[in-house]
Amino acid sequence: MDKDDTLTRSEAQAAETMTGAQMVIRALKDQGVTHIFGYPGGAVLPIYDALFKVEGITHVLVRHEQGAVHAAEGYARSTGKPGVVLVTSGPGATNAVTGLTDALMDSIPLIVLTGQVPTHLIGTDAFQECDTVGITRPCTKHNWLVKDVNDLSRVLHEAFEIATTGRPGPVVVDIPKDVQFQNGAYHGPQAVHHRTYRPKTDPDLSAIVKAVEMMASAKRPVFYTGGGLINSGPEASKLLRELVDLTGFPITSTLMGLGAFPAARPEWLGMVGMHGSWEANHAMHDCDLMICLGARFDDRVTGKVSSFSPGSKKIHLDIDASQINKIVRVDLGIVADARLALREIIRFWKTQKHKVQADALKAWWKQIDQWRTKKSLDYRNSDTIIKPQYAIDRLYELTKHRDDVFITTEVGQHQMWAAQRFHFQEPNHWMTSGGLGTMGYGLPAAVGVQMAHPGALVVDIAGEASVQMTMQEMSTAIQYDLPIKIFILNNEYMGMVRQWQEILHGKRYSHSYSEALPDFVKMADAFGCVGLRADKPSELDDKIKEMIAVNKPVLFDVRVDPTENCYPMIPSGAAHNEMLLSPDDGGEISDAGKMLV
Amino acid sequence: MHDTKVKLAADIERHTLTVLVDNEAGVLARVVGLFSGRGYNIESLTVAEVDAMARTSRITIVTSGTPAVIEQIETQLRRLVPTHKVTNWTSAKAGIEREMALVKVAGTGEKRVEALRMADAFRARPVDTTQASFVFEITGAPSKIDSFVDLMRPLGLVEISRTGVAAISRGPDAM
Ligand SMILES: Cc1ncc(C[n+]2csc(CCOP(=O)(O)OP(=O)(O)O)c2C)c(N)n1
Ligand SMILES: [Mg+2]
Repeated sequence: MDKDDTLTRSEAQAAETMTGAQMVIRALKDQGVTHIFGYPGGAVLPIYDALFKVEGITHVLVRHEQGAVHAAEGYARSTGKPGVVLVTSGPGATNAVTGLTDALMDSIPLIVLTGQVPTHLIGTDAFQECDTVGITRPCTKHNWLVKDVNDLSRVLHEAFEIATTGRPGPVVVDIPKDVQFQNGAYHGPQAVHHRTYRPKTDPDLSAIVKAVEMMASAKRPVFYTGGGLINSGPEASKLLRELVDLTGFPITSTLMGLGAFPAARPEWLGMVGMHGSWEANHAMHDCDLMICLGARFDDRVTGKVSSFSPGSKKIHLDIDASQINKIVRVDLGIVADARLALREIIRFWKTQKHKVQADALKAWWKQIDQWRTKKSLDYRNSDTIIKPQYAIDRLYELTKHRDDVFITTEVGQHQMWAAQRFHFQEPNHWMTSGGLGTMGYGLPAAVGVQMAHPGALVVDIAGEASVQMTMQEMSTAIQYDLPIKIFILNNEYMGMVRQWQEILHGKRYSHSYSEALPDFVKMADAFGCVGLRADKPSELDDKIKEMIAVNKPVLFDVRVDPTENCYPMIPSGAAHNEMLLSPDDGGEISDAGKMLV
Repeated sequence: MHDTKVKLAADIERHTLTVLVDNEAGVLARVVGLFSGRGYNIESLTVAEVDAMARTSRITIVTSGTPAVIEQIETQLRRLVPTHKVTNWTSAKAGIEREMALVKVAGTGEKRVEALRMADAFRARPVDTTQASFVFEITGAPSKIDSFVDLMRPLGLVEISRTGVAAISRGPDAM
């Protein structure tokens, strides 16, 4: 049996004695943590006490624990480092649940520390007691309740290891108040080695050889890339570019993977999926080899699974073995870290002197160029009313010369327009709630991003409905001088809900109108930020420039066409080659499709 | 193997899986939560610590699903942090499965005699006897217990308690 977590005597002697609360701060420092997003309460007061005037760690006081978790997600996604959250027991922990689920779905590494009632009160319905490990078990990669102070440092270091390695994800460490007060032995990170957890990161070379052969004989290949490439680190994105250089294969990406490959390059087909481009979805449907790198065949990507890319062989690279063959049967699965697998694929491609099927590839590109002529992202502009697409295009045009632009979003039409039209050239610059689709994500995420990148331009492309869910974090932005820009595409509707009601529910717009909206400019004023409003297309550029120029948080109320719909669209239950390009396409939705979300 | 790979509805198979886990707080909840959260079936579940020194527990689960679902169940179980090892006895074909049951039968006269005779044939042993009842202890493959229970039904079956399946590999090697 593996006894690695048993400390040797010399290590035990090296251990220092301190309180549980001090151990928490010490472990965070030993793990290189510089920022914590948190909110105090009775059950974490000893930890807050240990944090008092501590140097080297900045605590960001949020206004709601959900905001703390999203901020930590934004921090993590824009830096590649884990995000750290500290909240109290009971309501502090339950408020964190949405963020935890969001991070689990999008594989974001977070360490969330929760206070708990003292051990002798656990199970008595004590004040602010809740079963935190029970509640968060299904929405974390792993979690712990630490009942013995001598286990605390080991658990904290394991928490970092589990959150950040393999497929990343959120973890919770629940620490009863008495454990925070007790003295115990602190051990550093080196002394800890988990008993069972061994993520597989190295690819099987036989699978790599096979993958390379399949690529060399492909006539209509496509790279289908996802968030796994971003999580694997910047080197994975570099290797991806090299592989596209070597092969000249076309490439698309999920919502989560945007930025791993530069949108400016000719091989880029745009995003795949429900609101993906015509050429990306048709290439996926008609390819003879799909090379899936760090994506998971989500229903927003596949559409109707039984008609998904029917004629292709499929390679699936994922660090999580359970993703392979989960939704779509593949011909070759590779379980590995994308960076290591890509490195081997490139090495074998080069040393075995593989060549692509040049003639076939040429014909394939000709077909793709044909699809491109559809110009599926085009829209009808107006000089009297601001079209949401136009607003995003202008934001992009006026910022694209900078390489320090970070975009977060809320959830809805604005999110899809941002994904389609704001073109990313580098990884870690695009933060959106993909798997869970959490309205209210973008504003606190922007707080976290700006905290990590003080001089950068951080813009939350928002909807007027979503932004009201976590609006109070504007106050956090003010407190920490974070000049985040909240770019609200205000269509006075929960636009994505309205769009579905229009297409699927006979235009019965049940409760999707954003009534009683606040005056966002006055609201900005009340928070101490800058409020801007634009009603006409002609005002937009100057106001965007003003938004960027002012060194303060900005709420920009961009009044856009309330009836615009987001196209192209694959209706639920349809196949990739059954896209709707505009309202004129009508689109009869099957009863089965209506059942889907 | 005895009754595994039994075809249920079209494409649905019954499989016996063993998960060796670290015996830490909440580990059973993790395993059971995985099944309920993802909509998998649990037909029976057997859990006990098997190595106090190494703090490992062995969880044996009888489940059913399509081959794709069974494959998902295995990989999802492997993904749990405290999991050491997962074995599918139904696919591996080298395991032995046993279950124990206590079966209470009440009756007098002909039926009582017949129950005792059947029990003898199944090597079920009376562990409690009154004028009007027996409690039989029976060990065997789950299908054998099913057959015994079916036979007891018309003979005054009162109550059944089953342990769920324990499984182990044939031959000298561990799972
Ligand atoms: C927390 C949460 N509640 C409900 C939903 C369902 N939902 C998805 S999009 C949407 C409307 C969003 O409206 P808005 O923020 O104005 O964006 P728009 O679609 O108008 O651009 C709703 C209600 C959600 N995604 N998240
Ligand atoms: Mg809206």
